[in-house]
Amino acid sequence: MGDGPPSIWEWIARNWDTGRVGSIKNLLLDHLTMSLVPIVLALVVALPLGLACVRWRWLYQPTSGLMNVVYALPSLPVFMLLISVTGLSQTTVIIPLTFYGMAVLIPAVVDGLASVPDHVRQSAVAMGFTPLRRLISVELPIAVPVVLAGLRVVAVSSISLVSVGALIGQGGLGGLFTRAYQNPFMPPVIVGIVLIVALALVADGLLVLAQRLLTPWVRARKGAGS
Amino acid sequence: MITFDAVTKRYPDGTVAVDRLDLEAPTGEITVLVGPSGCGKTTSLRMINRMIDATEGRILLDGAPVQDIDPPTLRRGIGYVIQQAGLFPHRKIVDNIATVPHLLGWDKKKARARAMELLERVGLDPGLAGRYPFQLSGGQQQRVGVARALAADPPVLLMDEPFSAVDPIVRTSLQDELLRLQAELNKTIVFVTHDIDEAIKLGDRVAVLRVGGKLAQVADPKTLLSDPADDFVREFLGRDRGIRRLQFISTEGLRLRTDMTGDAAGPWRLVVDADGRPTGWVSRERPDELEPYGTFVRGRDPMRSALDAALLSPSGCAVAVDEDGKVVGVATRETLDEALAEAADG
Ligand SMILES: Nc1ncnc2c1ncn2[C@@H]1O[C@H](COP(=O)(O)OP(=O)(O)O)[C@@H](O)[C@H]1O
Ligand SMILES: [Mg+2]
Repeated sequence: MGDGPPSIWEWIARNWDTGRVGSIKNLLLDHLTMSLVPIVLALVVALPLGLACVRWRWLYQPTSGLMNVVYALPSLPVFMLLISVTGLSQTTVIIPLTFYGMAVLIPAVVDGLASVPDHVRQSAVAMGFTPLRRLISVELPIAVPVVLAGLRVVAVSSISLVSVGALIGQGGLGGLFTRAYQNPFMPPVIVGIVLIVALALVADGLLVLAQRLLTPWVRARKGAGS
Repeated sequence: MITFDAVTKRYPDGTVAVDRLDLEAPTGEITVLVGPSGCGKTTSLRMINRMIDATEGRILLDGAPVQDIDPPTLRRGIGYVIQQAGLFPHRKIVDNIATVPHLLGWDKKKARARAMELLERVGLDPGLAGRYPFQLSGGQQQRVGVARALAADPPVLLMDEPFSAVDPIVRTSLQDELLRLQAELNKTIVFVTHDIDEAIKLGDRVAVLRVGGKLAQVADPKTLLSDPADDFVREFLGRDRGIRRLQFISTEGLRLRTDMTGDAAGPWRLVVDADGRPTGWVSRERPDELEPYGTFVRGRDPMRSALDAALLSPSGCAVAVDEDGKVVGVATRETLDEALAEAADG
């Protein structure tokens, strides 16, 4: 074999789209699925749970306690445990990540609603909002900045945590790292790190953009430094 | 008319915030609830729109018990203004003002037009319509709060210390603005304040409450100042009660001297221009120097203004003018003294 090891660019070109499961393109798509699904699921579940915790205050302590315990669990043994139920599938990665997301988002929803100034809530009541309408058109919109801040944390941590799934064969781009065990060949590791960081940055950027579009009244506040 | 009929509010912890309150707030008038902090003003106000429900007794709105009206419906017919304005931070000014019309299902265009009309009515630049609340000063926010309360043209307006958080100059202008608006709109207003000066300035009727939620006295401001019901009210009215009373004593009957412009005037002579308007006083010692003068409109301005005018001039006399500013006479120390002595008796 007269050829030395391929350069990183050659390696990318050769492995980008091989049509096989382990191609970079497929790993990237898997990675996206396994990080986005938990983000969306966590938000969808955390919203009603957070609202319930605000409505019935006694629920909040036990719920946030439980969520903190879940958050403290190391991901690897959780994956191992879940394998017996969901096998070596993407679901095994998606479930714990969803719980991690909830652990951040439930308090974010509760804090967001708590950030509604009392006089604002009182004046909504005084003007004749029904409780549901008050929630939808006053309290939730005012909670948006806090919830979105939580969502940014969840998005970045999910995207990064997916790679741990590689240990059970479902790590998306994390798969590129495990190969490096067997063969100290650097290009896959570099490509994996760069793509994961890029994904995280893009997701965060999109959320910042969403924040600007959804809450112009917050952006304006920062701009009004005078 | 709003009627409190033996209304008591006892909070779950046992605090009696309002104790058998009987009170009427007549239609088209400003009724002020005034008293020290914790005397149950806010509680009383919030029982009207059922943000708090009375424990005992009834509150009637034009004869109908508020308990029989569904709270959101009741509240959409009652404007409410609070101290921190309570504007929605995420909504532009125009949308804040249009809140209740929006809740009532008005057509969007109509609600917006109404909001713009009110923005001007409360003395704000229409250019502020597209701003967010935090971009406005405290005084401007408070005006928006008033505009928002008036948006659906409710017959009743509840105001809970609406001007307490702004600086004194802005407060004065907001108070004047409210009186001007009320002269046009004739709402039934219940206004809560802990500031007796504000109560006396704004109220057609003033109800003084004492801690424990008991009504101490209800009267028009003039009667309150001249005949406080007991020591508590007297104390609450403060040391300036006598001076404040002058606000309610007319200058109609004040005796005026009309011989102060001629040469026989004595040590001070009033100089008047060709139109009969005052230009200043001159003293016998320095006939070439014009000294400052103070005026009051006879019959329109109260005794307090006349006294103020006298104190402004080294002559010690107040110049009485008519509505056009033309001199009708002069109130001297002697004639003011007579009037004050009469006021003290009556
Ligand atoms: N939710 C509540 N629970 C118990 N006590 C209350 C509550 N709200 C007000 N109070 C008490 O009721 C009294 C009257 O309060 P409030 O109507 O707010 O007075 P004000 O507006 O005149 O300052 C005070 O002693 C206050 O501490
Ligand atoms: Mg109060």
